[in-house]
Amino acid sequence: MSEILVLVEHADGDVKKVTLELLTLARSLGEPSAVWAGPGYTDAAKAKLAEYGAGKIYVAESEEIAGYVVAPKAELLAKLVSDASPAAVLVAATAEGKEIAGRLAIKTDSGVITDAVGLGEGFVADQSIFGGGVNVRSRVTKGTPIVAVRPNSTAPVAEPGAGAEEKVEIALSDAARGAKVVERVKQERGARPELTEAAIVVSGGRGVGSGENFSIIEKLADSLGAAVGASRAATDAGWYPHQFQVGQTGKTVSPQLYVAAGISGAIQHRAGMQTSKTIVVINKDSEAPIFEIADFGVVGDLFQVVPQLTEEIEKRK
Amino acid sequence: MNIVVCVKQVPDTATERKLRSDDKTLDRDAADGVVNELDEYAVEEALRLKEAHGGEVTVLSMGPAKATETIRKALAMGADKAVHLSDDALRGSDALSTSYALAETLKKIGFDLVILGSESTDARTGVLAAMLAERLGTPQLTLANKVEVDGSAIAIQRVTDYGYDKVEASLPAVVSVVEKINEPRYPSFKGIMAAKKKPVETLAIGDAEISADQVGLASAWSEVVDFAAAPPRAAGTVVKDEGDGGVKAAEFLASKKFV
Repeated sequence: MSEILVLVEHADGDVKKVTLELLTLARSLGEPSAVWAGPGYTDAAKAKLAEYGAGKIYVAESEEIAGYVVAPKAELLAKLVSDASPAAVLVAATAEGKEIAGRLAIKTDSGVITDAVGLGEGFVADQSIFGGGVNVRSRVTKGTPIVAVRPNSTAPVAEPGAGAEEKVEIALSDAARGAKVVERVKQERGARPELTEAAIVVSGGRGVGSGENFSIIEKLADSLGAAVGASRAATDAGWYPHQFQVGQTGKTVSPQLYVAAGISGAIQHRAGMQTSKTIVVINKDSEAPIFEIADFGVVGDLFQVVPQLTEEIEKRK
Repeated sequence: MNIVVCVKQVPDTATERKLRSDDKTLDRDAADGVVNELDEYAVEEALRLKEAHGGEVTVLSMGPAKATETIRKALAMGADKAVHLSDDALRGSDALSTSYALAETLKKIGFDLVILGSESTDARTGVLAAMLAERLGTPQLTLANKVEVDGSAIAIQRVTDYGYDKVEASLPAVVSVVEKINEPRYPSFKGIMAAKKKPVETLAIGDAEISADQVGLASAWSEVVDFAAAPPRAAGTVVKDEGDGGVKAAEFLASKKFV
């Protein structure tokens, strides 16, 4: 089986769910090798990567790798591509993952595909473009295929791999040390999952009416263990912080379940969520375009429906 | 400070966007061309930096003749001059080719700071700024929601999953900005009139020493195998709330095992 490199996304020593998805996907196409970049590697992380099928785990723990923006991770992957000649490299299609993929593509003279929602034989990738209006199949034609895969594209399934650890030393170039991270500022979002990675997202829009009212969206999200999103109308009005905007100029999400409350569903919003697997809509306007993509819709006042839904979910727990 | 701001003309999201059936590239004639919205923030940031630190703002755009409209808009906002990289040989270029062509042009025209929007609303790859930094060997200061320049030092706040990173570097550098870093100004009537007289230099690939075998559809590093209009989602169930809408929604979620 041919080797496929999977760049591990991790935070505070924990392997993120998207990496388990990528390992699962890589197993269907070859033999996955996990690549750990930066400090924080633990036995628990190793066990998790092996549990989901990593045959090898390349570990480059140098502080320096995380100390500069993007470039060191691209250099690390380029070194591994050169040493191991993998069949492909998979990264998560996060903002940073895509940047790493872009730089790696130049370093290895390879093509890159971003925002894949599926990946099949011959590394042919499925993409959904133009706000979900067109489905495209594309593939890399030069070099080593580099594919950035959207979170939630595959359900993670455990299937143990050998998890053979291989330490990697890398001497960074001066160019990779150009943009120094001097401080990391964590903004609290409580216990909620990260928006782009969450399996469930609950979003509020213009119909929510005020920042205060977003508490009912948050309560529903918390009852489902979901992340909170917002439409641009809501973030522009200052009701919810801008980094939670789902849409063409904000975050793109592709969760198992997307709940849209008080969102009309302009194309700009749909561009950020249309590949969600299941879509539930609550809106008082039965003509709202968002109903066209709803698997289940309630025409009604969100201030009645959302709290009732939250209460019902809590009851069923 | 010599600031170059890259702008892209994209098909208007509000119109129907299509791929051409013959070569599977974007059908630029099918939709109205507009300035990529995120690039307006880049133009605004460039103008603010110029106002604070002096210097000049040059607009750089790669695209067909039609992209002139987009360049004029950036000039009307207040940029000083423009370079329009336009050549039939560039048609169908992917992100690798585009970054190569822009990097070669940037080397030719010179820069202290390059500013871009964080992604385009058509291709949405989000890779171009990182690719430019890679090709130019300059620091990558991307996804900025704040930019500060002090002499040859530059600092940004880079938006991350968990909040933001404070990042420092020295000029020259490549910056990409996210939405809402600022409020882009509207071109004034005076600005629009003045823009008509501002210099726009049109470069063909030979003028920027761009190799023809590194750009265009035939040289792309990836290809569209096939494409199709997304099938409409299967019609869902829509109920009118009669006092039990929340309960019905919960039943639906339970039937899908979300609850």
